[in-house]
Amino acid sequence: MIEVMTANYAAAYAVKLARVGVIAAYPITPQSSISEKLAEMYVKGELHGKYFLVESEHSAMSMLIGASYAGARTFTATSSHGLALMHEMLFWAVGARRPIVMAVVARALAPPWNIWGDHMDVMSERDTGWMQFFCENNQETLDTILMAYKISENRSVMLPSMVIEDGFILSHTYEAVDIPDQDEVDDFLPPFDPEWKIDFNDPRRFGGLTMPDWWSEFRYRIALDQEVARKKIVEVDKEFERKFGRSYGGLVEFYNCDDAEVALVLAGSAVGTAKEVSDKMRERGKKVGVVKLKTFRPFPAEELKKLNDMVPVVGVFDRSYTFGYGGALYSEVRNGIYDPAGGALVKNYVGGMGGKDFTPKNMEFIFEDLLRIKKEGKVDKMVEWINIKDGTGRW
Amino acid sequence: MVEAPKTYKDLPSTPITFFTTEDNKTGTWRTIRPVIDKEKCTRCYICWKFCPDLSIEVEKEGDYPNVDYDHCKGCGICANECPSNAITMEKEMEK
Repeated sequence: MIEVMTANYAAAYAVKLARVGVIAAYPITPQSSISEKLAEMYVKGELHGKYFLVESEHSAMSMLIGASYAGARTFTATSSHGLALMHEMLFWAVGARRPIVMAVVARALAPPWNIWGDHMDVMSERDTGWMQFFCENNQETLDTILMAYKISENRSVMLPSMVIEDGFILSHTYEAVDIPDQDEVDDFLPPFDPEWKIDFNDPRRFGGLTMPDWWSEFRYRIALDQEVARKKIVEVDKEFERKFGRSYGGLVEFYNCDDAEVALVLAGSAVGTAKEVSDKMRERGKKVGVVKLKTFRPFPAEELKKLNDMVPVVGVFDRSYTFGYGGALYSEVRNGIYDPAGGALVKNYVGGMGGKDFTPKNMEFIFEDLLRIKKEGKVDKMVEWINIKDGTGRW
Repeated sequence: MVEAPKTYKDLPSTPITFFTTEDNKTGTWRTIRPVIDKEKCTRCYICWKFCPDLSIEVEKEGDYPNVDYDHCKGCGICANECPSNAITMEKEMEK
Protein backbone atom coordinates (compact mmCIF):
# COMPACT_ATOMS: atom_id res chain seq x y z
CA MET A 1 0.00 0.00 0.00
CA ILE A 2 1.52 3.32 -1.09
CA GLU A 3 1.11 6.27 1.26
CA VAL A 4 2.68 9.71 1.41
CA MET A 5 4.68 10.15 4.62
CA THR A 6 7.89 11.42 6.22
CA ALA A 7 10.93 9.19 6.77
CA ASN A 8 10.15 9.33 10.49
CA TYR A 9 6.69 7.84 9.94
CA ALA A 10 8.21 5.31 7.52
CA ALA A 11 10.56 4.29 10.37
CA ALA A 12 7.61 3.93 12.76
CA TYR A 13 5.72 1.73 10.27
CA ALA A 14 8.84 -0.43 9.87
CA VAL A 15 8.97 -0.92 13.66
CA LYS A 16 5.31 -1.93 13.68
CA LEU A 17 5.82 -4.36 10.79
CA ALA A 18 8.90 -5.85 12.49
CA ARG A 19 6.69 -6.73 15.51
CA VAL A 20 9.17 -5.10 17.90
CA GLY A 21 8.72 -6.31 21.48
CA VAL A 22 10.12 -3.38 23.48
CA ILE A 23 10.45 0.26 22.42
CA ALA A 24 12.10 2.72 24.83
CA ALA A 25 12.48 6.34 23.76
CA TYR A 26 13.05 9.90 24.87
CA PRO A 27 12.02 12.75 22.56
CA ILE A 28 14.55 14.93 20.73
CA THR A 29 14.22 16.95 17.54
CA PRO A 30 14.24 15.84 14.73
CA GLN A 31 13.63 12.28 15.95
CA SER A 32 10.52 13.00 18.05
CA SER A 33 7.91 12.19 15.44
CA ILE A 34 9.17 8.57 15.25
CA SER A 35 8.56 7.98 18.95
CA GLU A 36 5.35 10.05 18.91
CA LYS A 37 3.95 7.96 16.05
CA LEU A 38 4.93 4.75 17.85
CA ALA A 39 3.33 6.03 21.08
CA GLU A 40 0.15 6.77 19.13
CA MET A 41 0.16 3.27 17.60
CA TYR A 42 0.75 1.82 21.07
CA VAL A 43 -2.23 3.53 22.74
CA LYS A 44 -4.42 2.51 19.80
CA GLY A 45 -3.36 -1.11 20.43
CA GLU A 46 -1.75 -1.45 17.01
CA LEU A 47 1.70 -2.48 18.22
CA HIS A 48 2.84 -6.02 18.89
CA GLY A 49 5.00 -4.97 21.86
CA LYS A 50 5.32 -2.43 24.66
CA TYR A 51 6.29 1.23 24.52
CA PHE A 52 8.19 2.89 27.38
CA LEU A 53 8.80 6.60 27.74
CA VAL A 54 12.06 6.80 29.75
CA GLU A 55 13.84 9.70 31.44
CA SER A 56 16.86 9.92 29.11
CA GLU A 57 18.51 8.36 26.08
CA HIS A 58 21.04 6.69 28.39
CA SER A 59 18.10 4.95 30.08
CA ALA A 60 16.49 4.12 26.73
CA MET A 61 19.55 2.20 25.58
CA SER A 62 20.05 0.59 29.01
CA MET A 63 16.45 -0.62 29.04
CA LEU A 64 16.76 -2.09 25.55
CA ILE A 65 19.91 -3.98 26.49
CA GLY A 66 17.99 -5.58 29.39
CA ALA A 67 14.93 -6.25 27.24
CA SER A 68 17.08 -7.81 24.55
CA TYR A 69 18.76 -10.03 27.17
CA ALA A 70 15.24 -11.15 28.07
CA GLY A 71 14.68 -12.15 24.44
CA ALA A 72 12.72 -9.17 23.07
CA ARG A 73 13.23 -7.50 19.70
CA THR A 74 14.05 -3.89 20.58
CA PHE A 75 13.97 -0.41 19.03
CA THR A 76 14.75 3.18 19.89
CA ALA A 77 15.31 6.38 17.94
CA THR A 78 17.42 9.42 18.73
CA SER A 79 19.42 12.34 17.37
CA SER A 80 22.43 14.50 18.14
CA HIS A 81 22.80 15.19 21.89
CA GLY A 82 20.56 12.19 22.62
CA LEU A 83 22.93 9.88 20.76
CA ALA A 84 25.89 11.46 22.55
CA LEU A 85 24.21 10.87 25.92
CA MET A 86 23.80 7.18 24.97
CA HIS A 87 27.48 6.87 24.10
CA GLU A 88 28.45 4.71 27.10
CA MET A 89 25.59 2.26 26.56
CA LEU A 90 26.33 1.97 22.82
CA PHE A 91 29.56 0.18 23.76
CA TRP A 92 27.61 -1.97 26.21
CA ALA A 93 25.11 -3.01 23.51
CA VAL A 94 27.99 -4.19 21.31
CA GLY A 95 29.95 -5.96 24.04
CA ALA A 96 26.77 -7.67 25.22
CA ARG A 97 26.07 -8.68 21.60
CA ARG A 98 22.51 -7.27 21.62
CA PRO A 99 20.98 -6.90 18.13
CA ILE A 100 19.19 -3.64 18.92
CA VAL A 101 18.06 -1.55 15.95
CA MET A 102 18.08 2.23 16.39
CA ALA A 103 16.98 4.95 13.99
CA VAL A 104 19.35 7.90 14.21
CA VAL A 105 17.95 11.05 12.67
CA ALA A 106 21.30 12.71 12.03
CA ARG A 107 21.65 16.23 13.44
CA ALA A 108 24.34 18.70 14.55
CA LEU A 109 25.49 19.17 18.17
CA ALA A 110 25.54 22.63 19.74
CA PRO A 111 26.73 25.31 20.25
CA PRO A 112 25.75 27.37 18.42
CA TRP A 113 22.36 25.78 18.93
CA ASN A 114 21.22 23.87 15.89
CA ILE A 115 18.53 21.25 15.33
CA TRP A 116 19.15 20.49 11.65
CA GLY A 117 20.72 17.78 9.53
CA ASP A 118 24.43 16.94 9.89
CA HIS A 119 26.47 13.75 10.20
CA MET A 120 28.63 14.74 13.19
CA ASP A 121 26.50 12.76 15.67
CA VAL A 122 26.71 9.43 13.82
CA MET A 123 30.33 9.81 12.76
CA SER A 124 31.26 10.30 16.42
CA GLU A 125 29.91 6.79 17.18
CA ARG A 126 31.95 5.09 14.47
CA ASP A 127 34.16 3.18 16.90
CA THR A 128 31.46 1.73 19.15
CA GLY A 129 31.06 -1.42 17.04
CA TRP A 130 27.52 -0.70 15.81
CA MET A 131 26.74 -1.39 12.18
CA GLN A 132 25.85 1.89 10.45
CA PHE A 133 23.49 2.11 7.46
CA PHE A 134 22.75 5.39 5.68
CA CYS A 135 19.44 6.02 3.90
CA GLU A 136 18.88 8.06 0.76
CA ASN A 137 15.09 8.45 0.98
CA ASN A 138 11.99 7.60 3.00
CA GLN A 139 11.32 4.23 1.37
CA GLU A 140 14.90 3.21 2.06
CA THR A 141 14.47 4.13 5.73
CA LEU A 142 11.54 1.73 6.12
CA ASP A 143 13.24 -1.04 4.15
CA THR A 144 16.60 -0.65 5.92
CA ILE A 145 15.04 -1.05 9.38
CA LEU A 146 13.50 -4.38 8.30
CA MET A 147 16.80 -5.53 6.81
CA ALA A 148 18.76 -4.32 9.86
CA TYR A 149 16.81 -6.67 12.17
CA LYS A 150 17.50 -9.59 9.87
CA ILE A 151 21.23 -8.80 9.73
CA SER A 152 21.67 -7.93 13.42
CA GLU A 153 19.76 -10.94 14.77
CA ASN A 154 21.63 -13.46 12.66
CA ARG A 155 23.28 -15.76 15.23
CA SER A 156 26.64 -15.35 13.50
CA VAL A 157 26.38 -11.55 13.72
CA MET A 158 24.55 -10.50 16.93
CA LEU A 159 25.54 -6.83 16.68
CA PRO A 160 23.34 -3.71 16.89
CA SER A 161 22.45 -1.50 13.90
CA MET A 162 22.05 2.24 13.43
CA VAL A 163 19.72 3.19 10.59
CA ILE A 164 20.61 6.76 9.69
CA GLU A 165 18.26 9.26 8.07
CA ASP A 166 19.22 12.91 7.55
CA GLY A 167 17.46 15.32 9.95
CA PHE A 168 14.59 17.27 8.33
CA ILE A 169 15.78 16.53 4.78
CA LEU A 170 14.23 13.07 5.20
CA SER A 171 12.72 13.11 8.67
CA HIS A 172 10.20 15.86 7.92
CA THR A 173 9.85 15.62 4.14
CA TYR A 174 6.88 13.78 2.64
CA GLU A 175 7.41 11.17 -0.06
CA ALA A 176 5.46 8.21 -1.41
CA VAL A 177 6.33 5.09 0.59
CA ASP A 178 5.27 1.56 -0.24
CA ILE A 179 4.29 -0.12 3.05
CA PRO A 180 4.72 -3.90 2.68
CA ASP A 181 2.02 -6.31 3.84
CA GLN A 182 2.44 -7.78 7.33
CA ASP A 183 2.39 -11.34 5.90
CA GLU A 184 5.28 -10.57 3.57
CA VAL A 185 7.31 -8.99 6.38
CA ASP A 186 6.57 -11.93 8.72
CA ASP A 187 7.82 -14.26 6.01
CA PHE A 188 11.01 -12.19 5.54
CA LEU A 189 11.69 -11.52 9.23
CA PRO A 190 11.13 -14.46 11.62
CA PRO A 191 10.74 -13.83 15.38
CA PHE A 192 13.91 -13.01 17.36
CA ASP A 193 15.39 -16.25 18.62
CA PRO A 194 18.65 -15.65 20.50
CA GLU A 195 20.95 -18.51 21.48
CA TRP A 196 21.28 -17.13 25.02
CA LYS A 197 18.70 -15.17 26.98
CA ILE A 198 17.66 -14.65 30.60
CA ASP A 199 16.15 -17.88 31.90
CA PHE A 200 15.13 -18.05 35.56
CA ASN A 201 15.42 -21.85 35.45
CA ASP A 202 19.00 -21.62 34.21
CA PRO A 203 20.45 -18.52 35.92
CA ARG A 204 23.67 -16.94 34.62
CA ARG A 205 25.55 -13.70 34.90
CA PHE A 206 25.54 -11.55 31.75
CA GLY A 207 28.48 -9.30 30.90
CA GLY A 208 30.27 -9.83 34.21
CA LEU A 209 33.93 -9.22 34.93
CA THR A 210 36.29 -10.86 32.46
CA MET A 211 39.95 -10.93 33.34
CA PRO A 212 42.61 -9.58 30.92
CA ASP A 213 43.47 -13.10 29.70
CA TRP A 214 40.04 -13.46 27.97
CA TRP A 215 38.84 -9.89 27.31
CA SER A 216 40.70 -9.47 24.01
CA GLU A 217 39.23 -12.76 22.79
CA PHE A 218 35.71 -11.31 23.19
CA ARG A 219 36.81 -8.21 21.24
CA TYR A 220 38.37 -10.43 18.57
CA ARG A 221 35.03 -12.23 18.18
CA ILE A 222 33.32 -8.89 17.52
CA ALA A 223 35.95 -8.00 14.91
CA LEU A 224 35.41 -11.35 13.15
CA ASP A 225 31.62 -11.11 13.35
CA GLN A 226 31.68 -7.65 11.72
CA GLU A 227 33.32 -9.47 8.80
CA VAL A 228 30.50 -12.05 8.84
CA ALA A 229 28.03 -9.14 8.85
CA ARG A 230 29.66 -7.82 5.67
CA LYS A 231 28.51 -10.97 3.83
CA LYS A 232 25.10 -11.08 5.51
CA ILE A 233 24.36 -7.47 4.54
CA VAL A 234 24.78 -8.33 0.86
CA GLU A 235 22.78 -11.56 1.22
CA VAL A 236 19.91 -9.87 3.06
CA ASP A 237 19.80 -7.05 0.49
CA LYS A 238 19.46 -9.67 -2.29
CA GLU A 239 16.77 -11.55 -0.38
CA PHE A 240 14.91 -8.30 0.22
CA GLU A 241 15.06 -7.52 -3.49
CA ARG A 242 13.65 -10.95 -4.39
CA LYS A 243 10.80 -10.48 -1.94
CA PHE A 244 9.99 -6.77 -2.23
CA GLY A 245 11.61 -5.73 -5.53
CA ARG A 246 13.90 -3.11 -4.01
CA SER A 247 17.71 -3.22 -3.52
CA TYR A 248 20.13 -0.69 -2.08
CA GLY A 249 23.37 -2.33 -3.11
CA GLY A 250 24.05 -3.88 0.31
CA LEU A 251 27.35 -2.16 1.05
CA VAL A 252 27.89 0.19 -1.91
CA GLU A 253 25.97 1.24 -5.00
CA PHE A 254 27.88 2.41 -8.09
CA TYR A 255 25.73 4.79 -10.15
CA ASN A 256 26.75 6.07 -13.59
CA CYS A 257 30.26 4.79 -12.85
CA ASP A 258 30.93 2.35 -15.72
CA ASP A 259 32.51 4.82 -18.13
CA ALA A 260 32.91 7.72 -15.68
CA GLU A 261 35.85 10.18 -15.78
CA VAL A 262 35.47 11.10 -12.10
CA ALA A 263 33.35 9.79 -9.22
CA LEU A 264 31.99 11.22 -5.97
CA VAL A 265 31.57 9.08 -2.82
CA LEU A 266 28.90 10.17 -0.36
CA ALA A 267 26.24 8.92 2.06
CA GLY A 268 22.69 9.82 3.01
CA SER A 269 20.11 12.06 1.37
CA ALA A 270 22.67 13.99 -0.72
CA VAL A 271 23.12 10.82 -2.81
CA GLY A 272 19.79 11.59 -4.51
CA THR A 273 20.98 15.08 -5.43
CA ALA A 274 24.28 13.70 -6.73
CA LYS A 275 22.51 11.11 -8.91
CA GLU A 276 20.24 13.72 -10.47
CA VAL A 277 23.11 16.13 -11.14
CA SER A 278 25.15 13.25 -12.59
CA ASP A 279 22.28 12.40 -15.00
CA LYS A 280 21.96 16.04 -16.09
CA MET A 281 25.70 16.50 -16.59
CA ARG A 282 25.85 13.32 -18.68
CA GLU A 283 23.26 14.84 -21.00
CA ARG A 284 25.88 17.54 -21.58
CA GLY A 285 28.60 14.94 -22.21
CA LYS A 286 30.23 15.15 -18.78
CA LYS A 287 30.74 11.62 -17.54
CA VAL A 288 30.53 11.85 -13.76
CA GLY A 289 29.70 8.92 -11.46
CA VAL A 290 28.18 8.59 -8.01
CA VAL A 291 29.19 6.08 -5.32
CA LYS A 292 26.55 5.66 -2.67
CA LEU A 293 28.04 4.50 0.60
CA LYS A 294 25.07 2.54 1.97
CA THR A 295 27.03 0.90 4.78
CA PHE A 296 29.62 2.82 6.79
CA ARG A 297 30.32 0.04 9.33
CA PRO A 298 31.41 -2.55 8.37
CA PHE A 299 33.34 -0.31 5.98
CA PRO A 300 33.30 -1.56 2.35
CA ALA A 301 36.98 -0.94 1.61
CA GLU A 302 37.31 -3.84 -0.88
CA GLU A 303 34.33 -2.65 -2.92
CA LEU A 304 35.61 0.93 -2.97
CA LYS A 305 39.07 -0.23 -4.11
CA LYS A 306 37.46 -0.92 -7.52
CA LEU A 307 37.37 2.86 -7.95
CA ASN A 308 41.12 2.81 -8.66
CA ASP A 309 40.39 0.89 -11.89
CA MET A 310 37.30 2.95 -12.74
CA VAL A 311 38.40 6.58 -12.39
CA PRO A 312 41.60 8.62 -11.91
CA VAL A 313 39.96 11.12 -9.53
CA VAL A 314 37.63 10.46 -6.58
CA GLY A 315 35.80 13.11 -4.55
CA VAL A 316 34.42 12.48 -1.08
CA PHE A 317 31.57 14.60 0.24
CA ASP A 318 31.31 14.97 4.01
CA ARG A 319 28.44 16.36 6.07
CA SER A 320 30.67 16.54 9.14
CA TYR A 321 34.24 17.50 9.93
CA THR A 322 36.96 16.05 12.11
CA PHE A 323 38.69 19.16 13.41
CA GLY A 324 42.41 19.24 12.84
CA TYR A 325 42.18 16.88 9.89
CA GLY A 326 39.25 16.61 7.42
CA GLY A 327 35.94 14.89 6.78
CA ALA A 328 35.38 11.53 8.48
CA LEU A 329 34.22 9.81 5.27
CA TYR A 330 37.20 11.27 3.42
CA SER A 331 39.83 9.77 5.68
CA GLU A 332 38.04 6.39 5.62
CA VAL A 333 37.60 6.33 1.85
CA ARG A 334 41.12 7.51 1.06
CA ASN A 335 42.57 4.96 3.44
CA GLY A 336 40.23 2.24 2.11
CA ILE A 337 41.13 2.67 -1.55
CA TYR A 338 44.84 3.29 -0.93
CA ASP A 339 46.94 1.55 -3.53
CA PRO A 340 50.73 1.69 -3.00
CA ALA A 341 51.17 1.33 -6.79
CA GLY A 342 49.32 4.59 -7.44
CA GLY A 343 45.55 4.63 -7.55
CA ALA A 344 43.07 7.47 -7.77
CA LEU A 345 43.63 11.04 -6.54
CA VAL A 346 41.23 11.90 -3.70
CA LYS A 347 39.80 15.28 -2.65
CA ASN A 348 37.48 16.11 0.22
CA TYR A 349 34.43 18.39 -0.02
CA VAL A 350 32.68 19.51 3.15
CA GLY A 351 29.24 21.07 3.24
CA GLY A 352 25.53 20.78 3.98
CA MET A 353 26.24 20.96 7.70
CA GLY A 354 23.80 22.07 10.40
CA GLY A 355 20.97 21.98 7.86
CA LYS A 356 22.60 24.28 5.32
CA ASP A 357 21.08 23.67 1.89
CA PHE A 358 23.27 21.58 -0.34
CA THR A 359 21.91 22.38 -3.78
CA PRO A 360 22.30 20.79 -7.23
CA LYS A 361 24.44 23.87 -8.08
CA ASN A 362 26.81 23.00 -5.19
CA MET A 363 26.93 19.39 -6.38
CA GLU A 364 27.73 20.51 -9.92
CA PHE A 365 30.60 22.61 -8.53
CA ILE A 366 32.11 19.47 -6.99
CA PHE A 367 31.86 17.45 -10.21
CA GLU A 368 33.35 20.32 -12.24
CA ASP A 369 36.17 20.65 -9.70
CA LEU A 370 36.88 16.90 -9.97
CA LEU A 371 36.97 17.14 -13.80
CA ARG A 372 39.42 20.05 -13.45
CA ILE A 373 41.65 17.96 -11.13
CA LYS A 374 41.54 15.14 -13.67
CA LYS A 375 42.72 17.55 -16.40
CA GLU A 376 45.45 19.07 -14.21
CA GLY A 377 46.53 15.70 -12.79
CA LYS A 378 46.98 16.90 -9.20
CA VAL A 379 44.94 17.76 -6.11
CA ASP A 380 45.36 21.46 -5.27
CA LYS A 381 44.13 21.20 -1.68
CA MET A 382 43.00 18.38 0.55
CA VAL A 383 39.71 19.85 1.80
CA GLU A 384 37.29 22.31 0.17
CA TRP A 385 34.50 23.82 2.27
CA ILE A 386 31.48 24.30 0.02
CA ASN A 387 29.15 27.30 0.15
CA ILE A 388 31.02 29.10 2.95
CA LYS A 389 30.57 32.88 3.17
CA ASP A 390 34.27 33.52 2.46
CA GLY A 391 33.84 36.90 0.78
CA THR A 392 34.91 35.54 -2.61
CA GLY A 393 31.40 35.79 -4.02
CA ARG A 394 31.92 32.44 -5.84
CA TRP A 395 29.01 30.74 -4.08
CA MET B 1 28.20 -28.92 32.41
CA VAL B 2 30.06 -27.02 29.72
CA GLU B 3 33.82 -27.33 29.32
CA ALA B 4 35.98 -24.26 29.91
CA PRO B 5 36.86 -22.49 26.64
CA LYS B 6 40.28 -23.16 25.10
CA THR B 7 40.22 -20.65 22.22
CA TYR B 8 38.12 -17.64 21.20
CA LYS B 9 36.02 -20.02 19.08
CA ASP B 10 34.68 -21.69 22.23
CA LEU B 11 33.32 -18.44 23.67
CA PRO B 12 29.54 -17.99 23.88
CA SER B 13 27.96 -15.55 21.42
CA THR B 14 27.29 -13.19 24.33
CA PRO B 15 29.53 -12.90 27.41
CA ILE B 16 27.80 -15.04 30.05
CA THR B 17 28.90 -17.30 32.88
CA PHE B 18 28.81 -21.11 32.77
CA PHE B 19 29.98 -21.72 36.32
CA THR B 20 28.91 -20.50 39.73
CA THR B 21 31.07 -17.74 41.16
CA GLU B 22 31.30 -19.70 44.43
CA ASP B 23 34.48 -21.20 43.00
CA ASN B 24 36.02 -17.72 42.80
CA LYS B 25 37.59 -17.39 46.28
CA THR B 26 37.58 -13.63 46.66
CA GLY B 27 38.39 -13.99 50.37
CA THR B 28 42.08 -13.81 49.47
CA TRP B 29 41.62 -10.13 48.56
CA ARG B 30 40.93 -9.32 52.25
CA THR B 31 43.33 -7.36 54.48
CA ILE B 32 40.98 -7.01 57.46
CA ARG B 33 38.43 -9.58 58.63
CA PRO B 34 35.14 -9.16 60.48
CA VAL B 35 34.96 -11.05 63.76
CA ILE B 36 31.56 -11.43 65.43
CA ASP B 37 31.38 -11.25 69.23
CA LYS B 38 28.51 -13.61 70.16
CA GLU B 39 28.29 -12.01 73.66
CA LYS B 40 27.19 -8.73 72.06
CA CYS B 41 25.34 -10.11 68.97
CA THR B 42 21.53 -9.82 69.26
CA ARG B 43 20.92 -11.83 66.07
CA CYS B 44 19.15 -8.90 64.42
CA TYR B 45 20.75 -9.94 61.06
CA ILE B 46 21.37 -6.38 59.95
CA CYS B 47 24.88 -7.52 58.95
CA TRP B 48 23.34 -10.26 56.79
CA LYS B 49 21.03 -7.72 55.19
CA PHE B 50 23.79 -5.22 54.40
CA CYS B 51 26.60 -7.52 53.24
CA PRO B 52 27.10 -6.66 49.53
CA ASP B 53 28.72 -10.02 48.77
CA LEU B 54 26.31 -12.46 50.48
CA SER B 55 29.16 -13.39 52.81
CA ILE B 56 27.22 -13.34 56.08
CA GLU B 57 25.45 -16.66 56.42
CA VAL B 58 22.51 -17.49 58.66
CA GLU B 59 21.62 -21.18 58.57
CA LYS B 60 18.16 -20.77 60.06
CA GLU B 61 16.15 -18.17 62.00
CA GLY B 62 17.54 -17.84 65.55
CA ASP B 63 21.10 -18.91 64.67
CA TYR B 64 24.09 -16.62 65.13
CA PRO B 65 25.39 -15.18 61.83
CA ASN B 66 28.58 -16.67 60.41
CA VAL B 67 31.12 -15.06 58.11
CA ASP B 68 31.95 -16.86 54.86
CA TYR B 69 35.69 -16.12 54.87
CA ASP B 70 36.15 -17.77 51.45
CA HIS B 71 34.29 -14.88 49.85
CA CYS B 72 34.24 -11.94 52.35
CA LYS B 73 36.46 -9.18 50.93
CA GLY B 74 36.69 -7.37 54.28
CA CYS B 75 34.83 -4.21 53.28
CA GLY B 76 33.66 -3.61 56.86
CA ILE B 77 30.08 -2.64 56.06
CA CYS B 78 28.78 -5.26 58.53
CA ALA B 79 30.90 -3.80 61.35
CA ASN B 80 29.78 -0.30 60.43
CA GLU B 81 26.09 -1.23 60.43
CA CYS B 82 26.00 -3.46 63.53
CA PRO B 83 23.89 -1.53 66.11
CA SER B 84 25.42 -3.52 69.00
CA ASN B 85 29.05 -3.00 67.91
CA ALA B 86 29.38 -6.79 67.97
CA ILE B 87 31.62 -6.91 64.87
CA THR B 88 35.26 -5.80 64.92
CA MET B 89 37.56 -5.65 61.90
CA GLU B 90 40.88 -7.33 62.70
CA LYS B 91 44.07 -7.18 60.65
CA GLU B 92 44.65 -10.37 58.59
CA MET B 93 48.42 -10.33 58.84
CA GLU B 94 48.36 -10.58 62.64
CA LYS B 95 46.40 -13.82 62.48
